[in-house]
Amino acid sequence: MKSKMPGTLPECEMEAPENSRRNFLKQSALITAVALTPAVATKAADMHVDEKIAEAFEKLPIKFEVNGVQQSLSVEPRATLLDILREQLDLTGTKKGCDYGQCGACTVHVDGHRVNSCLTLGVMVNGKKVTTIEGLAKGEELHPMQEAFLKHDGFQCGYCTPGQIMSAVACIREGHANSETEIREFMSGNICRCGAYPNIVNAIQEVKEGGHAV
Amino acid sequence: MKQFQYIRPATQQNVLDAITKPGTKIIAGGTNLVDLMKRGVTAPDKLVDINHLPLKSITPSKTGLLIGALALNSVVSENTLVLQKQPLLSMALKAGASPQLRNMATVGGNMMQRTRCSYFYDTTMPCNKREPGTGCGALEGYNRMHAIFGTSPQCIAVHPSDMCVGLAALDAVVVIAGKKGDRRIPFTEFHRLPGDHPETDNHLAPGELIVGVEIPDNNFSQHSYYLKVRDRQSYAFALVSVAAALDISGGVIRNARLAMGGVAHKPWRLFDAEKSLIGKPATEASFKHAAQIAMQGAKAYEYNAFKLKMAPGTITEALKHAAGLA
Ligand SMILES: Cc1cc2nc3c(=O)[nH]c(=O)nc-3n(C[C@H](O)[C@H](O)[C@H](O)COP(=O)(O)OP(=O)(O)OC[C@H]3O[C@@H](n4cnc5c(N)ncnc54)[C@H](O)[C@@H]3O)c2cc1C
Ligand code: FES
Ligand code: FES
Repeated sequence: MKSKMPGTLPECEMEAPENSRRNFLKQSALITAVALTPAVATKAADMHVDEKIAEAFEKLPIKFEVNGVQQSLSVEPRATLLDILREQLDLTGTKKGCDYGQCGACTVHVDGHRVNSCLTLGVMVNGKKVTTIEGLAKGEELHPMQEAFLKHDGFQCGYCTPGQIMSAVACIREGHANSETEIREFMSGNICRCGAYPNIVNAIQEVKEGGHAV
Repeated sequence: MKQFQYIRPATQQNVLDAITKPGTKIIAGGTNLVDLMKRGVTAPDKLVDINHLPLKSITPSKTGLLIGALALNSVVSENTLVLQKQPLLSMALKAGASPQLRNMATVGGNMMQRTRCSYFYDTTMPCNKREPGTGCGALEGYNRMHAIFGTSPQCIAVHPSDMCVGLAALDAVVVIAGKKGDRRIPFTEFHRLPGDHPETDNHLAPGELIVGVEIPDNNFSQHSYYLKVRDRQSYAFALVSVAAALDISGGVIRNARLAMGGVAHKPWRLFDAEKSLIGKPATEASFKHAAQIAMQGAKAYEYNAFKLKMAPGTITEALKHAAGLA
């Protein structure tokens, strides 16, 4: 059942209006209004048609480098880099949190810069170099940032961790890890629902101060 | 997401040819468009990738600074010329989105981003901007994030950009290319108020391409500040934001620029408040007076009345920071 509140967006998650009778009435009125709108039904029908047409759309060939390995794939234009990494290349280290650019779990490096792979179309990384969490370690030797996250307990459930680590490495490379405040600001694109933030900051500071090559 | 065709024309001319067809959309960083396509808010048949066009540079011109439409938000925010000449723009950019998103987002895309109104995003809700004629869900709904200036009974959404608030304050000019030739629009006249056509965000005509923005040189670089108030410290859209730029000499304000974000369907330039500051001492009293003037005509809805207090407070604070008093 749809609520009166429109879908999840960060600005609205903050403060839900109290569930007063008045709101409830407003809500029911809206539901009725929506249920009676023919456009919604028509749209749903359209969607099915789209799915059938979809197969007729051409897949496009792309060539790009992932963690040092050249890949040649055939992808639908609508496939995101995140889905291609996880589903076509079996690189499931990169996580899907929100799929809308709101959490940072999908952070990877494209040509050395951190981006949200959930909002990146695969066809647009043609010819580029992608690094994922799987590409940081050198064989059995973990990357200094991975070591630091282990040492400082920079996670609890670990779901946000690959994105945090990719972002943390970029944060130091960009020169944005000069103070706790700066680290917090430039790591704000990575949400951790377990709240491991203080430990993440400690890990980054240690790597930065240790002068390790990142 | 609906299937679509993807093309990458070789030249700007070919891009202009391609985007004349209905159902065709430009893609730059993709951070807004791909989001909206995933949610079914928009469903183009064809995407025209413009990322290889030579529109990334940031160069001084005779009268100002020319920034290409494809310059990345992160690159602009750290560019030496921008930091020297227009630090306000850098501050506004850094207050927006996240480092990852800024690494993808372009100047042109930032200007063209759609509202974050949750009724616009939720395709099961009425929204005149998404589907003209269905009504405005926010008007009587949960309108905490919504506008207090320049609204219409059709739409009370706000323009979400931080960068645009900075550019509106700095008298930037939008440089546009089209099949009928090139043209320039003052930044403050680029975005529009909702009126009876909330589905149209701005005055870019169909088939036109933003090629860049030009910011005229000014004397504001010593005294400018961007202050953004939001639900969390970072990575959230503005409840209210203020771009403030002052030219101060011997404690007296010679010139001022002010614009607000999070309060209207477009970056909201505060012309009267600016005028009230000229010739006045750079003191908190002058700033409070300007803030009062800025709020004339403001109108709140059920859940956003807090903005009537927050906005003047933010204007005063931003001016104090710009003047070095905070
Ligand atoms: C989670 C999240 C949080 C965000 N927070 C903020 C924030 O706090 N502050 C803020 O300001 N922004 C914020 N943003 C929005 C972000 O700044 C925009 O998505 C971004 O600037 C859009 O640029 P782009 O290049 O990715 O545009 P795209 O998504 O590629 O395009 C957006 C639109 O612009 C059109 N377009 C692009 N380039 C041109 C051109 N040259 N000429 C004509 N049309 C063009 C496209 O056709 C499309 O309609 C946030 C986004 C997300 C996902
Ligand atoms: S999955 Fe990409 S930002 Fe959340
Ligand atoms: S460790 Fe659980 S979300 Fe960050």
